[in-house]
Amino acid sequence: MMSEEKWQDTSSQLIETVSDAYHHNKQLNITGGGSKSFLGSPGTSVEDSIITTSHCGVLLYEPKELVLQARCGTPIAEIEKLLSDEAQMLGFEPPHFGDCATVGGAVASGLSGPMRPYAGAARDFVLGVNLINGKGEQISFGGRVMKNVAGYDVSRLMVGAMGTLGLIMDVSLKVIPLPRHEITCCFEMQPDAALNKMLGLSRVSLPVTGTCYFDHMLYVRLAGNEASVRAARKSLGGEEYDQGKLFWRNLRDQDMNFYSQEDIWRLSVSPSTPIDTGTPYLIEWGGAQRWYQRLDREKAEQLAENGSGHATLFRTSSSEAARFHPLSPELAEIHKRLKYAFDPGRVFNPGRMYADI
Amino acid sequence: MLQTTQESFPGSDSTDFPVTAETRKRVLIEIEKILPVEAVIKEQSERRVYESDGLSAHKCLPWLVVLPDTTAQVQKIVKICAEHRVPVVARGAGTGLSGGAMPHKDGVLLSLARFNRILSVDTNNLSAVVQPGVTNLGISEYVRSEGLYYAPDPSSQIACTIGGNVAENAGGVHCLKYGLTVHNILKIELVTAQGSLLTIGSDALDSPGYDLLALLTGSEGMLGIIVEVTVKLLPAPADVRLIMAAFKSTRQASDVVGDIIAHGIIPAGLELMDKLAVEAAEAFVNAGYPLDAEALLLCELDGYKDEVDSNCDEIMSMLSTNGAYELRIASSETERLNLWKGRKSAFPAVGRLAPDYLCMDGTIPRHNLADALDKIAALSSEYGLRIANVFHAGDGNLHPLILYDANNPGELERAEELGGEILGMCVSLGGTITGEHGVGIEKINQMCVQFTELELSHFHGVKSAFDPTGILNPGKAVPTLRRCAEFGAMHVHVGEEKFPELDRF
Ligand SMILES: Cc1cc2nc3c(=O)[nH]c(=O)nc-3n(C[C@H](O)[C@H](O)[C@H](O)COP(=O)(O)OP(=O)(O)OC[C@H]3O[C@@H](n4cnc5c(N)ncnc54)[C@H](O)[C@@H]3O)c2cc1C
Repeated sequence: MMSEEKWQDTSSQLIETVSDAYHHNKQLNITGGGSKSFLGSPGTSVEDSIITTSHCGVLLYEPKELVLQARCGTPIAEIEKLLSDEAQMLGFEPPHFGDCATVGGAVASGLSGPMRPYAGAARDFVLGVNLINGKGEQISFGGRVMKNVAGYDVSRLMVGAMGTLGLIMDVSLKVIPLPRHEITCCFEMQPDAALNKMLGLSRVSLPVTGTCYFDHMLYVRLAGNEASVRAARKSLGGEEYDQGKLFWRNLRDQDMNFYSQEDIWRLSVSPSTPIDTGTPYLIEWGGAQRWYQRLDREKAEQLAENGSGHATLFRTSSSEAARFHPLSPELAEIHKRLKYAFDPGRVFNPGRMYADI
Repeated sequence: MLQTTQESFPGSDSTDFPVTAETRKRVLIEIEKILPVEAVIKEQSERRVYESDGLSAHKCLPWLVVLPDTTAQVQKIVKICAEHRVPVVARGAGTGLSGGAMPHKDGVLLSLARFNRILSVDTNNLSAVVQPGVTNLGISEYVRSEGLYYAPDPSSQIACTIGGNVAENAGGVHCLKYGLTVHNILKIELVTAQGSLLTIGSDALDSPGYDLLALLTGSEGMLGIIVEVTVKLLPAPADVRLIMAAFKSTRQASDVVGDIIAHGIIPAGLELMDKLAVEAAEAFVNAGYPLDAEALLLCELDGYKDEVDSNCDEIMSMLSTNGAYELRIASSETERLNLWKGRKSAFPAVGRLAPDYLCMDGTIPRHNLADALDKIAALSSEYGLRIANVFHAGDGNLHPLILYDANNPGELERAEELGGEILGMCVSLGGTITGEHGVGIEKINQMCVQFTELELSHFHGVKSAFDPTGILNPGKAVPTLRRCAEFGAMHVHVGEEKFPELDRF
């Protein structure tokens, strides 16, 4: 864990680096802790990196306000520690994928953990950002208050943009109370029955904060105050699973054998989409997020489209493959124009998301 | 390398549209070819109905009003207007409070009132596909028999449309726990400024590429016309309980708000009304509020029954040890709804106290609530205009209602100046000029206070990505840099001038 003395403001160096790159037609890979460097295409032979880890520290944390603001290089683990001391947490349960994960990377990649369908996604908790645009200029959007509709919602636009629109220098996040009590129940089930059960759980007001179906077993996490968890547990049935905490953490960080295969596809689909059992899979988010091994691209995209969603080649050993679901020509055009508005010189992470942005 | 200058985005610096009589004639002929007679409103007296939205202080007669009822018609109308460079202003129910739906004098006002059907409900995936002109409450009523509802509940929910809600990112009294519109929609169908149809978002929980759904939510009709919305539905909570707490001072009531949230309980709603608002609401709907209260808190808890029970006990004891002199738990559904009715009709209720009112919408960090209310009271006496406060305390979203009489010369201007001061205070406290009502035309000058020129030019870049010629709702939401220069206000940095004038009082 990093100590407070290591907190420092290196914004002027970051700005200088970007400005220099812009004026010399150079391109930069934005790199935090590198825990998510496997995400997206490696980009078009970009040699220079801009490392954000030195710009770190918590700028503001007000438990009463449920707000935390931190510099991009701050490790998520450190933020989570600070929060848990006040019985609070990050509501989107960001995947770490490594000890070095930074909050800037968590926001830029826009990934959310098991709690996503029940509490919200990364973008739902972002209140404001300070950015460096592609010309090395500093701009800020949103703020630290819960509601803000002044101007377009640029802060949320940055979430999941993979750094292609700007370097997030610091971010303000809404945090939530840590549930006082948590248990995990499991049920041995066939896939269709498990999916039905997950859908059913969303239809009633129960304190569910995670669902996962894997290897014929449905795991359900219940969290809230003790009374409600106990009552819900009773009505739900199933076996209580005593390794729950570890299970959800490993699931969040894909620290499971399942993910060690060569290619892992992520399908984001409408929850009730029937489960394809052709190749090994793992289901989360009440049915809405599905992970597959051994799919070819055509099949993955077809499964995703059948489920009114999209497919991502999440992990792969191939450096050439396109990673994100193709966009329609009109949407691709809007993406290009937005890129131009924030990063006209295509300085940041060129090609990491799509070839031409 | 591509180079941009700050004002290089076309359409970003002009709200003037040289629409000639000849152009009008041509556009009208083309529109009349695609719409039935009753869907084209030319008569001046009939166009009057549309000259303002809920911000009635600002009016403008539109050149033409159209009421299409199919997506294809909307696409064609926008295409025709784009070709002739005629402005298009979308309108839902016109309940907006910032003048966002105020027409353009040379433009077409495109009402989505006839897009009023609920197309499908998916009880497996908990979503509904609705047309933009469906009312907010209409959705919840439609799915009630399934035990479901649509969570954001603006006080205008009987009238306002889901399209308008998306365009403003509307909130409501239950947004503290369930989020704003942006948190509760999955997908929209959008007619672009070029007249093509785009799907933004999906039936899954996310989409590839940039989060355009978030970008479009709250974009005030500037980036496209929403012709369909897929909303997320929630199961009705198993148990709901409303606590009413009366206080002898607004400071006590404000302070307890932060305490409740810090305690680790997020109420479904946490609303505050001051004395003037309580009196007005009570006189209007007999909600059963205590008239001797200086401030009233409404705190709703919902969820699983055992959870509600124990949270309710904890909050009741916090309220009573923190100065609540009267505490009541709604004992029946009728009483609960009646207590909410007072809150939800507070704007029109306060509206009866004076010929006109302006509703402010700044948001501040919660811990500044008490100071901010003191400051607002001081400004009220300085300007000699009464102000009632009724607002989303849990979110720190203020709604000072400034009472005035437009018939008194100069009073509207004074009210607006007072409003401007309140918004400036919100920005300097680290907040924002608008939490949920949008910028529209009303707060366009204050945007120059909240954002730097550079930031505004990025907004112009976003606008230009969707609407390069600037025909959609021109002159709203984001000021031109020229306008800011003319307004002459300085960008205020957060914390820079904390309560600059407070010492004067
Ligand atoms: C008494 C009262 C209480 C209110 N309470 C609340 C509250 O609690 N919370 C809150 O958030 N607001 C509140 N409002 C404000 C208002 O009701 C909301 O902003 C609402 O979302 C506006 O919806 P509308 O259909 O009336 O939109 P309109 O006023 O018609 O339009 C609002 C904006 O949206 C654009 N627009 C409308 N439809 C579309 C479309 N289909 N596509 C693209 N753009 C479109 C318009 O161009 C305009 O810029 C209140 C208003 C009143 C009068």
